[in-house]
Amino acid sequence: MKVALFIPCYVDQFYPKAAIATLELLEKFGLEVSYPKNQTCCGQPMANSGFEHLTKGCNNLFVENFSGYDYIVCPSGSCVMHIKDHLHTEENEAAAQDIRNKVYELTEFLVDVLKIEKLEASFPHKVGLHQSCHGQRGLKLSQMTELMAEPFSKPGHLLSMVKGLELVELDRKDECCGFGGTFCVTEEAVSVKMGKDRVLDHERNGAEYITAGDLSCLMHMEGILKRRGSKVKIIHIAEILNHHLS
Amino acid sequence: MKVQDHAQAAAQFIKDEERTDWHDETLWFVRQKRDLAAHGIPEWEQLREWASQIKDHTLSNLSHYLESFEQKAIANGIRVHWAADGEEHNKIVHQIIADHDLKRIVKSKSMLTEECHLNEYLIQKGISVVDTDLGERIVQLRKEAPSHIVLPAIHLKKQDVSDTFHDFLDTEKGNNDPQYLTEAARQHLRDYFIASELAITGVNFAIAETGGFVVCTNEGNADMGAHTANVHIACMGIEKIIPKAEHLGVFLRLLARSATGQPVTTYSSHFHRPREGQEMHLVIVDNGRTRQLGRADFRNSLKCIRCAACFNTCPVYRRSGGHSYHTAVAGPIGSILNPNLDMKANADLPFASTLCGSCSNVCPVKIDIHEQLYKWRQVIVQAGYAPVSKKLGMEGMAAVLSSPALYHFSGKMGRTTLKYAPFLVNNGFNPWYKQRDMPAPPAESFGEWYQKNRS
Repeated sequence: MKVALFIPCYVDQFYPKAAIATLELLEKFGLEVSYPKNQTCCGQPMANSGFEHLTKGCNNLFVENFSGYDYIVCPSGSCVMHIKDHLHTEENEAAAQDIRNKVYELTEFLVDVLKIEKLEASFPHKVGLHQSCHGQRGLKLSQMTELMAEPFSKPGHLLSMVKGLELVELDRKDECCGFGGTFCVTEEAVSVKMGKDRVLDHERNGAEYITAGDLSCLMHMEGILKRRGSKVKIIHIAEILNHHLS
Repeated sequence: MKVQDHAQAAAQFIKDEERTDWHDETLWFVRQKRDLAAHGIPEWEQLREWASQIKDHTLSNLSHYLESFEQKAIANGIRVHWAADGEEHNKIVHQIIADHDLKRIVKSKSMLTEECHLNEYLIQKGISVVDTDLGERIVQLRKEAPSHIVLPAIHLKKQDVSDTFHDFLDTEKGNNDPQYLTEAARQHLRDYFIASELAITGVNFAIAETGGFVVCTNEGNADMGAHTANVHIACMGIEKIIPKAEHLGVFLRLLARSATGQPVTTYSSHFHRPREGQEMHLVIVDNGRTRQLGRADFRNSLKCIRCAACFNTCPVYRRSGGHSYHTAVAGPIGSILNPNLDMKANADLPFASTLCGSCSNVCPVKIDIHEQLYKWRQVIVQAGYAPVSKKLGMEGMAAVLSSPALYHFSGKMGRTTLKYAPFLVNNGFNPWYKQRDMPAPPAESFGEWYQKNRS
């Protein structure tokens, strides 16, 4: 099984630890994982801002970098959703379509493809799980509270296998954190207010860590936590799943 | 004066953080009531699917259903008028009033008349209309617009209402008791109902097979107005049509549960024909709806039944207030309807969202609201309504991200800047930094780490 690792641009630049954890975790399951070196960005920042017409360069580059693998795995629901919904190229649409079918968010890959039932991980802490909207409502990684349907949670299922980890209950299980791409600066006041409210929910319910499948949400909440001098820390879910007591 | 855009108005709203929290929690409570009510219906998701399909079918056969509705309505004795836009709608309503030379006019809630600015139009003609929905009456006295399509005065606290009633209805100053205030409004409005000569109402559903229409209220104010007045004018958009009366069994079950968590609105009033001696008029309005129907990506926004579930669930709406949307219909649905009415003036609205998708999933008629927000953004940028600074920024970003070499170089530069010259980034010109710290720059990127450790 040939797996390509797709690391979002801001994770590459600011959160390499989450990317390393993703790689190590996949390697633990005996997979042959490679990281195409010329990857940059999926193009979502432009597209969500109304500039999808400027993403041709990113799309061509993405197809060039990620063609020919069995699976493409990424520690971000948001970037995966963008690729699934919007990756097209005039030059090679068949290859783009192939990629759209093979790209997976990390937790859905672990649960749906590898069908993981056991993990050698321990993380003896109280953890709040932030449901990133694009992963949850876009990729259906967890059931959303809006629908009258059976609950399930792929990230929650994986976290339940981690020794010592205690998931805290939140007052609002799946409200958006307010990051929203360029929304975080163009609508700065609302974005920060939403982030503050999310962070307070985790604090109020005793979380030591906030985890999520998307570092964009976590980066936004980390910025607010640090500014407030909070003791609560953020951690990407891959780092928890790859964590063991040494 | 230029209207503030959503971001500016929202920032203003949030300055009063305590009130923002109250607004957020009040509307979240309504969302939770909706969840509870929906959970009580095992076939909820099936109902949504039926509602969506009935509306899709109706929109695809709209002219047919409108014509059969008109025929039946006329046969029932209703006088039917067609208005191409808001201006024509207002003229028709004014003409009916002028023909009868009537002065005592009451109006129950109708978002269409808000959209057409009927009250302002009639005031210019020297005619004043009394809004009889409690929330609407409160904002009317304050000379404000409704901030929510179901809960028009939800931006106000009871002390605000008390102050307003003290000023206009002579209630005791500082008496914030809701019972007392409601009783004062009831007495005040009763006088208008008894004396009303002409009643204007909206329409929730117009039934093609019967030529009748249904108006839903919780206060019974549509009935009280229409039952005493000798002239009843009902105003509806062309999208209010449903094919059959039996379809009400789907829509009435969804509407109130989605709106407020009630099993059904307190009054669902069915009007079929004028009573003896009464005149009943129906004004059917297009006002941009056929244009929207012609936009493949946006046509299904016309399925909306105005329940406002998308308002109540929207984390942005709850924290920015309805007035920040500067339009008659605010919230997520307003943000996909209003660019059709005036793309330039409403170019900010599709961007007032994180695209979290909650709206599309509470919507009882399954409008893909967040996907339409994304699509409107593309249309608005293509039409040239994006700020120049944003356009330049996006072009620069696209150039960097399309080139691995430029990307690696800029990434390193960025991290180096954050490490050695953070003051270049951590200042008042960076909207991220205003209330948030920047991430701590790592020594190396993942790409650099990978180069050393895996290849």
